[in-house]
Order: sequence, then C-alpha cells, then structure tokens
Amino acid sequence: MTNFLKVEQLTKTYPGAAEAVFEGVNFGVGQGEFVCIIGHSGCGKTTILNVLAGLEIASGGYVFVDNREVAGPSLERGVVFQGHALMPWLTVRGNIAFAVRSKWPAWSRAQVDDHVQKYVQLVGLGQAIDKKPSALSGGMKQRVGIARAFAIQPRMLLLDEPFGALDALTRGTIQDELLRICAETQQTVFMITHDVDEAILLADRILMMSNGPQARVAEIVRNTMPRTRTRATLHHDPQYYRIRNHLVDFLVARSAELSHGRAPLQPLEVSPGLAEIKLELTPTSDSTPIVPLRRVV
Amino acid sequence: MAAAIKTSWTRSEGFKAGLLSLLLLVALLGIWHLATTGGAPAATPAAVTTLTAEEIEYAKLMGRDVTAGTATPRSGFPTLGQMAEVTGRHLSAPFYYNGPNDMGIGLQLAHSLARVAVGFLLAASVAIPLGFLIGMSPLAYRALDPFIQVLKPISPLAWMPLALYTIKDSSISGVFVIFICSIWPMLLNTAFGVASVRRDWLNVARTLEVSPLRKAFFVILPAAAPTIVTGMRISMGIAWLVIVAAEMLVGGTGIGHFVWNEWNNLSLPNIIFAILCIGVVGMLLDRLFAVAQRAVTYVE
Repeated sequence: MTNFLKVEQLTKTYPGAAEAVFEGVNFGVGQGEFVCIIGHSGCGKTTILNVLAGLEIASGGYVFVDNREVAGPSLERGVVFQGHALMPWLTVRGNIAFAVRSKWPAWSRAQVDDHVQKYVQLVGLGQAIDKKPSALSGGMKQRVGIARAFAIQPRMLLLDEPFGALDALTRGTIQDELLRICAETQQTVFMITHDVDEAILLADRILMMSNGPQARVAEIVRNTMPRTRTRATLHHDPQYYRIRNHLVDFLVARSAELSHGRAPLQPLEVSPGLAEIKLELTPTSDSTPIVPLRRVV
Repeated sequence: MAAAIKTSWTRSEGFKAGLLSLLLLVALLGIWHLATTGGAPAATPAAVTTLTAEEIEYAKLMGRDVTAGTATPRSGFPTLGQMAEVTGRHLSAPFYYNGPNDMGIGLQLAHSLARVAVGFLLAASVAIPLGFLIGMSPLAYRALDPFIQVLKPISPLAWMPLALYTIKDSSISGVFVIFICSIWPMLLNTAFGVASVRRDWLNVARTLEVSPLRKAFFVILPAAAPTIVTGMRISMGIAWLVIVAAEMLVGGTGIGHFVWNEWNNLSLPNIIFAILCIGVVGMLLDRLFAVAQRAVTYVE
C-alpha cells in the first residue's frame, strides 16, 4: 500500500530537555484512510499533529505528504483544533467564509456563500448559521470547527482530540456525523483521541504510542470490523471486545514498559480482532471477558 | 393592568437613580442659592453716598463701578439668576464672532475640539501601527521599552517650551502636546492587545495560508480591537484634560484660553459656564468611545 502520508524517524526534543519527548516515530497513512493515534498524556501526540500540520518544527526526521516534504502549514491539510478556535467576532457563516475565501480568493460573494451553506448543512447547523460562537453550545462550536476544516476540501484532515471537552451524548452524535461525512467524502484523516471506543468506532487503524520520554509508535492495531459499523451496533460485534481489550492492555501495562525508546523502531501491525477468532474455535477458550467501559486519560 | 405596569416602571432601578440624581441637583442648587443670596447686598447704594469723589474715582481705577447702584454683589460668587442669565446669553448665540478676543463659546469649543482631533488622529496613526510592531515582535518590544518607560511619565505640558521653540507656532504646539499625551495609552494598549491574541486564531490563519496583511486586518485587528479602543478612550480622556491647560498657556483660541481670559476679566459666571461646558463635552467624547467599544467587543 502506498502511503499518502509518511512519517520517518520523527524526533522532538524541547530546548533544555535532556531526553526527547518522542524519538524515531515511524508510520504511514494511506489515501482515504482514517487513522487514530492513542497514548498517554505527555507522549507528544499533539506535537506530532502540529508537525504534520506544519505549525511546529520537529528536531529530527521527515514528514512527507504525497511524496513531498512538509515545510509549513498548508491549505492541503485542514486542522480541527482541540479548543475549536473559532473567531468569536464572526458568525458561523463568517468563520467558515473566512476559510473558504482563503482557499479560493477569486470566488464571488455568492459562490462563497453557497459553499459555506453547503458545509453548514452538512454538520446540521443550518438554523444557527448567523449566530456568533458565544451563542452556541460546545458541541455546536466543534461542529463549526469541523465544517470549517471540511469546507476547504483539504487532502488530509488533522483532528486534535476534537471531542475531548464534550459530554458523552454529544460526543456520540458528532462521532456518527464525522463517520458519515468521512464516508461520503473519502477523506484521509489523522486524529488524536484519548477514548478507546472512539478510536474503535472511527479508525481503520489505531496507532498506539508508548509513554514518554522517547515515546514511539509502538504498535499499530488494524480495525478489522466492517466499515459499516455504527455506534449502536459496535458492541455487538465479537471483534469489538478483542480489539478493545488489546488496546486497554497496551495502555495500562505495555505502554509504560516500552518507554525510553524500548519500543521497536518499525511498529508491528496486529489484527487482534481476527487473531482471536482461531482461539474462539477451540472449545477450551474462555468467553470474552467483559471490561467495564472506561476512558483512558 | 396599566397601573401595575406603571408601578413596576416607577420601581425600576433606573427610575430611582434618576429621581435621586434630580434631588441631589436640586439640593446643590438650593445650597448655591442660599449661599450667594445670604449676604446683605442692599448696603451698597448707601455706602456710595458716604464715599468721597476721590474714593469713587479710585474705585473706578481699580476696576470697580461703585456708582452702578445695583443690588448685585460686585466680586462675590454669582447667584443662580446671574448664572441663568449668562448661560442663556451663551446658548442663544454660541457661534458669534466679534474678533479674536470675543467669540461664542461654541467657536471656542470648536477650536479646542479641532486641536484635540488633529493631535489625537496623528497620535493614533503613529501609535497603532507602532503598537502592532511592538506587539508582534518581542525584539521591537525590548528595544523600544526603555524609551517608552522614560517618555510615558513626562507631563505633556513639560514639552510645551520645547514645542514652542522648535515649532514656533502656539496653535501647532497645542496640537503637539495633545499628540504626545495621547500616544502612550494607545501604543501600550495596542501592543498588549496584539501580543495577547490567542495562539489558536493565529494557528487557524497559518493553516489557511492567510497573507500577513490579511492576517493583520482580519484576525489580529478584530481580536485586539477591544483593547485598542480602550486605549483610545483613555487617550481621549487625557487629551481633553490636557487641552484646557495647554490653551491656558499658549492662549489665542479655545476653551482653555476662554477660561483664562474670563479669569482675567474676573467674570466668574463665564468661568463656571465654561467649566460645565468642558465637563459636558468630555462626557460626550467618552460616550462616543464607549459606543465604539461596545461595537468591537466580542464574547468568547
């Protein structure tokens, strides 16, 4: 599989720090793929995303998008920020129009407005288009942030834990929307999350980072569940708990063991969802243990 | 129903405050009235008869017309009636012009306002771009900081001799004093507003590949606008305070000159009326900037 995004030996050391936050990070993302990155706080996930966006410069290593090295921010990579980052003096329409005009400066006012309305409808905010962000709920603001990122039709979307500040119900609704929009647009997505279930629902592959310092992408979990999965049916699939247990095991135990650069340079790609089907065929195996739902921070 | 609405209206905080303000005004005017009419001015005509011709002549030389024989106190504080008469006279012809030493209060205020406007706009045109530079570049901030720290606390009137010497024009010197006093709050507030624009908004602009000029006008300016307008409001307040003092010094025209001139004429009613005018115009200027402030303020 040819990788649309390629990250090679990426390293970041903050000035004055003895050890790198992350070191030797290697992974790739294919065209149209949805990839989540998961790991404990302080392993440098946000820094990696900022380097991919071109907002921060790594201390070492390379990032290639479409075989060209990333040299700075670009309209080709849309970013949804953790704190939505809407401009409070502009309405929803104004915020998205600002992005649209940045991408297509030659467009007429009517063209811009048509485009804005299309994307506002896409995230279901038609009623609130002329409201200021201060008049919107947290979930609505984050929807506007997503609409703004999609509206410039980037080749790749970078999401920095976009649902972290939302309550569980709102998060669920927007996750479903994001899944639908990504399926419609065949968008390539790289997303940070702290939520194991969110990763399983959304991602085709889940990058698991070991703890810092000298964190690495230690293992890649392939999500073998069908792409038609939804939040409502997810937990009925027997693969779900196997993948989930694998992720939780990694975060609880193995991520700490693999800190200080003890993780392999080239991460192993595993498919825990499929691997255990063979085990299940043997009559001696236990039924899948049920792990209580928990959010890993 | 109508009665209920009426009572709720009369019970509102605004109504009560207005009523209280009115009562205070009436009380103050009452005290004024009692204080200025409490004496016995009727004694003057009798006193005149006791004066010799030489004494009357001497009094005239000293600028006192003792033979006028009215009941008005000659050099005392004006009564409310005199104030009303002076106010009426000024307001009935605010823009008359009988030469440079005798013009309407409106014209005097217009002169002062014009000086303030020119000095203030010049200051804004320097302070806001410079504030942008200082706010965006820590290097510029550190390089210019010592100058600002030293120049800021200087009383604007201390510049006056230097201005008069170099510019050689009293009117332009007045403008210069306004310029120098209104530049600092605008400069510092602009720098602070620009420096504290949220990182997120700048990152949005960067990921959208927004040009530096567009970023300055459509991201930084609206983000920093509330702070900048606050600086402008403070500057305008200071400018209006300073113009009166500056015009007292340089003379010629303006409300400050008018006050000083009337002091030389010993015309207290005119001075009191001018003081009230200064207050009202200052308040209107402040209101103007309050409206501007409300227009650019955003809720996060």
